[in-house]
Amino acid sequence: MRMMTFAKRCTKEILRDPINLGFGLGFPLVLLLLLSALQTNIPVSLFEIDTLTPGITVFGLSFVTLFSATLVAKDRESALLQRLYTTPLTYFDFIMGYMLPLLPIALGQTLICYLVAIPLGLTLSVNIVYAVIGMIPMVVFNISLGLLCGSVLGVKQVGGICGALLTNLSAWLSGVWFDLSLVGGFFEKIANALPFVHAVEMEKALFSGNFDLVAAHVLPILLYSVTITAIAMLCFLRQMKKQ
Amino acid sequence: MHAIKTVELVKQYKNITAVDKLDLEIREGELFSLLGVNGAGKTTTIKMLSCLTMPTDGDAVVGGYSITKESEQVKRLIGVSPQETAVAPNLSVKENLELICGIHGFSKEKTKLKIREFSERFGLDTVLQRKAGKLSGGYARRVSIAMALISEPQILFLDEPTLGLDVIARHELWETISSLKGNVTIILTTHYMEEAEALSDRIGIMKNGKLLAQGTVKELNERAGTNDFEATFVSIVKEGAV
Repeated sequence: MRMMTFAKRCTKEILRDPINLGFGLGFPLVLLLLLSALQTNIPVSLFEIDTLTPGITVFGLSFVTLFSATLVAKDRESALLQRLYTTPLTYFDFIMGYMLPLLPIALGQTLICYLVAIPLGLTLSVNIVYAVIGMIPMVVFNISLGLLCGSVLGVKQVGGICGALLTNLSAWLSGVWFDLSLVGGFFEKIANALPFVHAVEMEKALFSGNFDLVAAHVLPILLYSVTITAIAMLCFLRQMKKQ
Repeated sequence: MHAIKTVELVKQYKNITAVDKLDLEIREGELFSLLGVNGAGKTTTIKMLSCLTMPTDGDAVVGGYSITKESEQVKRLIGVSPQETAVAPNLSVKENLELICGIHGFSKEKTKLKIREFSERFGLDTVLQRKAGKLSGGYARRVSIAMALISEPQILFLDEPTLGLDVIARHELWETISSLKGNVTIILTTHYMEEAEALSDRIGIMKNGKLLAQGTVKELNERAGTNDFEATFVSIVKEGAV
């Protein structure tokens, strides 16, 4: 009950911020439209809609990290969180209250990307449902990363780190824009050590029905998801106690 | 019966002792003001008593519960209005009040009744549907205090409630605070001498984390040998070279 009350408040704060919504939903869709328009005008197969869309959905999640981090950092900088720490809300209520509202928002964002891609030529199949559900571990990773950044950084720093650095990292190291093996070497090794490329490959596998490829990619995502969630919880608890 | 009793309460931040062996007794239903210059330890004391920060040493009993061992029970009894206005800016005034009612487990019916009662009591009817982040300083502060009170606390902490308000808004808030006297134990920190003089049953004066003096305005004035409370405050703080 208490946790749901706090979660409801967080949902309202996120959904009532037009910049959040504009960037979080609008930007991935604009990229989807632009790149599919580009594909129709180039002779090589670079941004085929069936491979581009899963990549864009993963890229879109970096904005979920930004929402999550901004919300926590703003709350920390205002006196509201200080007030709420003096109420019967527990540490668990805060963590779940921040995380739960973003789960449906992120999955909704993924679904909208797939739905918008259908008129652009995306193959309509039941695999879209699997691809949306399969995104859950990566969504948890992105929300937790936001919680972690929001717990240790200020609002301005969050804007720089999550808004600029993370969105670029997730774009360049995910293999959405180019084949990572073309660059190879250290760059490819770094990309493979991070979860973004695995999330894109997992999404592609789920969407194309190659389910036997999913396990190899879901494991590193789960590992990152669990580790970052644990660190985020510790950092939140630490800043809560630092009051 | 004491609403609050502190026993050698200490808060140490690295080399700084923010609160130094504070012994304080506040009676039920009393309005007790904590006065002191900047850095005296007033806000740190309130933070410890409201379970926001753990004491380095000592303990305090708030509403019969220890702040170090029974913070969950303490949190059910208290309401806090922090120094800065603490509202959710994108939520309406009504939603802010509903948030606190929900956190304290009120039913929908009780929440409705409470919001009606508090919007009348704090003059919030006209701004109930407005976003809290768009309110004027006076209204925002009233909402902040209403949020601290709507949970029906036995003990209310008001940390510089009138800071930054204009004279009219300040006097209106004084009236609201006066109307609470007797029903709720109030601990108030302020830099305004006239505020403490007008509202308090008793006053404690702090300096460098220590309690220099406590008593009614009359008792403190007698101790300093003046009739002007501001002069009394200055005299006690200067005399208390801690």
